[in-house]
This record gives sequence, structure tokens and C-alpha cells, in this order.
Amino acid sequence: MNPANYIVLSAVLFSIGAIGVLVRRNAIVVFMSIELMLNAANLAFVSFARMNGNLDGQTVAFFVMVVAAAEVVVGLAIIVTIFRTRRTASIDEPNLLKY
Amino acid sequence: MSALATVATADNVSTFQMPSINYYAITPILIMFGAAVVSVLVEAFLPRGARRPVQLVLVLGSLAAAFIVTVDLRGTRLVTGDGAIAVDGPTLLLWGALLVVAFLAALLFAERSIDPLGDAFAPRASTLPGSVDEQEFTRRGFLQTEIWPFLLFSVTGMLAFIAANDLLMMFVALEVMSLPLYLLAGMARRRRLLSQEAALKYFLLGAFSSAFFLYGAAMLYGYSGSVGLVEIADTLSGKTAEGTLVFIGVALLTVGLLFKIAAVPFHQWAPDAYQGAPTPVTGFMAATVKIAAFGALLRVLYVGLGGLRWDWEPMLWVIAALTMLVGSIIAITQTDIKRMLAYSSVAQAGFILIGVMAASPQGLGSAIFYLVAYAFTTIGTFAVVSMVRDASGEATHLSAWAGLGKNSPVVAAVFSLFMLSLAGIPLTSGFVAKFGVFASAIDAGNTWIVIIGVIASIIAAFFYVRVIVLMYFADPGPDTASVVVPSAFTTIALTASAVMTIALGIFPQWLLDIIGQAGVFIR
Repeated sequence: MNPANYIVLSAVLFSIGAIGVLVRRNAIVVFMSIELMLNAANLAFVSFARMNGNLDGQTVAFFVMVVAAAEVVVGLAIIVTIFRTRRTASIDEPNLLKY
Repeated sequence: MSALATVATADNVSTFQMPSINYYAITPILIMFGAAVVSVLVEAFLPRGARRPVQLVLVLGSLAAAFIVTVDLRGTRLVTGDGAIAVDGPTLLLWGALLVVAFLAALLFAERSIDPLGDAFAPRASTLPGSVDEQEFTRRGFLQTEIWPFLLFSVTGMLAFIAANDLLMMFVALEVMSLPLYLLAGMARRRRLLSQEAALKYFLLGAFSSAFFLYGAAMLYGYSGSVGLVEIADTLSGKTAEGTLVFIGVALLTVGLLFKIAAVPFHQWAPDAYQGAPTPVTGFMAATVKIAAFGALLRVLYVGLGGLRWDWEPMLWVIAALTMLVGSIIAITQTDIKRMLAYSSVAQAGFILIGVMAASPQGLGSAIFYLVAYAFTTIGTFAVVSMVRDASGEATHLSAWAGLGKNSPVVAAVFSLFMLSLAGIPLTSGFVAKFGVFASAIDAGNTWIVIIGVIASIIAAFFYVRVIVLMYFADPGPDTASVVVPSAFTTIALTASAVMTIALGIFPQWLLDIIGQAGVFIR
């Protein structure tokens, strides 16, 4: 199968993730959408590695997985703290800082 | 069977070459990383009372040691680690500035005499705001010493971010730099709801932008077959047709970097994160993240994408103009000093972008000078903000600053110095810095952006001078805050940044000489 199709798929996944960040209101779902964007980039890296005939892209994908895992730890810590304080995970509720 | 497997393994190993690394050239990164790891162990194994002094010695000692090695490395110009890290003049210069500024910020972190309850950080960030647990921890005088490993990891990431010569290194460094900052932003002792909200917004938008950065890196990898900046530049100069991939890649990559420097329209996080974060953290991230992110942006644009200069320059032109104007105009309407300073830092990012888009050695030098001058002034500014207090904590509303000059003339005078420097008044570092970027832009033929820059400076001068007028020409009212006398930590940081602000304004030549000798990025 033509690897270029995977690039198209990754672009679709990245767009779904970006739109998800913009329209969803639950912090957890927003965060999941960001993870989807990172994984779309991974898919693009791996497909390009196949197309370019070198392993750099696959190496990058491994690093990105580790970084994404670290980001989950930090992100969930912050979201859980907010949830315990406000009893909501909505990103519209914390609105003390504005303008 | 096993013999065959061994042969196959040996073959595979022989195709992967162990990269040669010049360990001495990256010693500053290794020192900070080693100190960060030791700092985590200190948290795990030392009793509570012993942690703070040990952490302080570790943090200040490692920052000083890394700075000494950076000075010793001067004149180094090499690429190491298989093209992943470039140590050259601009890298070392920005490393040096970053380490000194981080040292001053660490002194602000360590301050304990300003707040009667302790330092600027929550005794336990995990307790609920207003809960019995929180009061109990406060009463017993607990301190959240985890701030020190966060500071060290963040500085490690910043050093690596400046030196990163390929996009993978740059992405990892970006995250190592940012993740501790997201957490630090949420740890304020007072106004904890604001602080947690700032952390949430900073984190979600920061992660969003790093996803853009990564996807841009993937596109450039697809275009050139490598994540190395030099290889990308070679591919760009070798091909005649540029293609869609490279344009998507450049756009997404620069969005990720422009987010970190808080350029309009990617600045929305900055006011919230600056206002909500504990003031020492605000000073730290305002000064050091700017240095690190501009270092990376300069390297990407000069080394990696220099061949596309005619394509990215118009984009930067628009962004620089918007950043200066929007930052300056919105800052006028602010009533909270931290939020006003956040918009001021947005406007300052626009001025530095003028130096970046000159795309000449002169432009590079002027941007570096601006970064150094801005970083010192910013640390001092937030040191003063942390000292102006009332019963509920820091008095950040502008009305509380009315008449401050009558009650505390020295602190008001120092703050006025910083405001004048940010506004770009002669005899302060801000003037020399602004002059440098404007001159380099005129030499590069960008006269129009300089005109917009001067207009934005005039608008910006209004809100900087307004604070001075408020401090000196208004009478102290019932809400007027008082200035708390800090311990030696804040005093040293404040004095050092005030001295640098004046020194770079009156005798800028020594730093200009160092910048001149540093030369340009290694290819």
C-alpha cells in the first residue's frame, strides 16, 4: 500500500485532534485530543521514515511516546487538582483570570 | 541457530555508529541535569528539615558551576552528538545569560521573609485550598521543596533548547523546559484558585502548541529525510521546487516556537499564566523562557530555514507588528500590575522579533543584547512586585501602588528605573537594546517595521510612565500597600538586576564586544 495514504490519515487525525481541542469543554477530552495530535505526528514520522528509507523517523516516534507519557503525568496532576478544588473538569468553569 | 543470531546482531550493531560526543562542550547541560537528578534524590531520602538548605546549596552551586564552565568554554565552536547539539558563540552567550538570570530567580524562590507564612509556594500543593489540612501544614511551617528539582530540570531543558541543532533534540528540550514550569505555575501559597487556573491554561495551551511544533517537524522530516537543521538547510538549497510539505512544516514549527515567546496571536496564555503563577515563578519564566525560546527560534530560522528567508520574513513582519501593537495597546487597559507586565512582555517580544527578522549577524547580535537586557530588568521588576504587599498578600492592583513613592522612596525609585528601561529611555539598558534592533532593521531595509516599532514604543511608554506617575504624584490612600523589607536573597537579586540595567545603559560596550566576538551560529 502506498505510504502516502498514511500521511493523509495522519493529517486527518491531527485535524480531528486540533478541532477537538477547540470545541470540547472537558479538560480530560481536550487533553486526549492533544494526545491524538501527538500520535498523528508519530504516524507521520513513521510513514516518512518508510518513504525516505531511513530510521530517523522511527527513532523520533519512540522519543515522542516517552515525552507524551511524561506530559500525561503532569497534565493529569494539574487537571485532578483543579477537579478536587472545583468539583468540575470543565475548562469553562475556571474563569477568574480574564482580559 | 544461536550462532546465526549472534552474527545477525553483530551485523546490526555495526550499521549503527556510536555518535562521538564532546563531553566537555556539553558540561553545563550535564551539570544541571546531574544536579536535577541529585535534587530528586534529596527530596526522597533527606528528612524534611534538612532539605531546604541542601537544595539551596545544590541549586546555587550547580548554577554557578555551569556558569564557570560556560565562561571557560568561550571560543568553542563545534557540533557534537552526531549533529544534535551545536555549541557556538551565540549558544554560549545565551547559556551564560540564562544561568545568571536563573541564579537570580533561584534567589527569589528562596525568599522566606517577605510573606509572614513562609515562602511564595503552597506548603503542600496537593491540599485543597482553604481546607483544614492546608491550615495545618501552614501552621507547622512545611515548605514545598519540590520546587528546586523543577527549577533545575527546567534550566536543563532551556540549555538544551538553545543548543539543539536538530528538531528531535529541540522537541525533547522544549518539553523538559516546559513541563516543570506548568507545575510551578500552580503552586502559589496565596490565591491558589488563580494559580491552579493559570497552571491548567498554561498546560493545555502549551501542550497544544508543542503538538503543532512536532507535526511541523514531521513535515520537514518528510521533506528532507532528516531532522537535523543542517540537513534540512542542505535539502532546501539543493532542490529548486520547494513544495507544500516544507511550507506546512515551517508554518507549524514556527507556531510552536512563537507560542513560547508569546507573540500575537499566540499570546493568550501569557497574561493568565503570569498573573496566576507565584511571582518568583513569573519572573523566572518571563526572563528565562524568552531567552531559551528566542535562542531556538533564531537557530531554526538562521541555520535550518535561512534558504527560505524570503518566505518567512513577510510572516514574521506581520507577527512582529501585531505583537508590538496588540501587546502595547492592551497593556494600557490593565489594572493588575502582573497582568500589565505580562502584556508588556508580549510587546517586548515583538521588539526582539524585529532583530530576528533582520536575518543578519547584526540583527542576531541586537536580538541577543535585547534578550540579556530584558531578562535582567524583568527579574528585578518581579522582585519588586513580590515585595509590595497588603494584609491579603501581594497587592497587585494598580490602585494599591498609588503614593508608594512617598512611603518607600528607594523601592519606588528602583521600580521606576525598571519601568524606564522597559520603555526604552536613554541611560538604561532598554534604550541601547531598542536602538540596536531598530538600527539592524533599517540596515536590512525594513524601515516600515521600525516606524511601527517606534509608534508601539510610544504607546508602551504611556503605561510604563503611568505607574511612575501613580507612585510619585498620587497621594497614599487607604488601599496603598506597604513595602516589606526582604532578606538578603531578594535584596541581592534586586540589586544585581538594577546594577545591570544601569550598567548596560551607560557602558554597553563590553557586552557589545562580547556579542561581536561570539559571531554567528555554526553551520
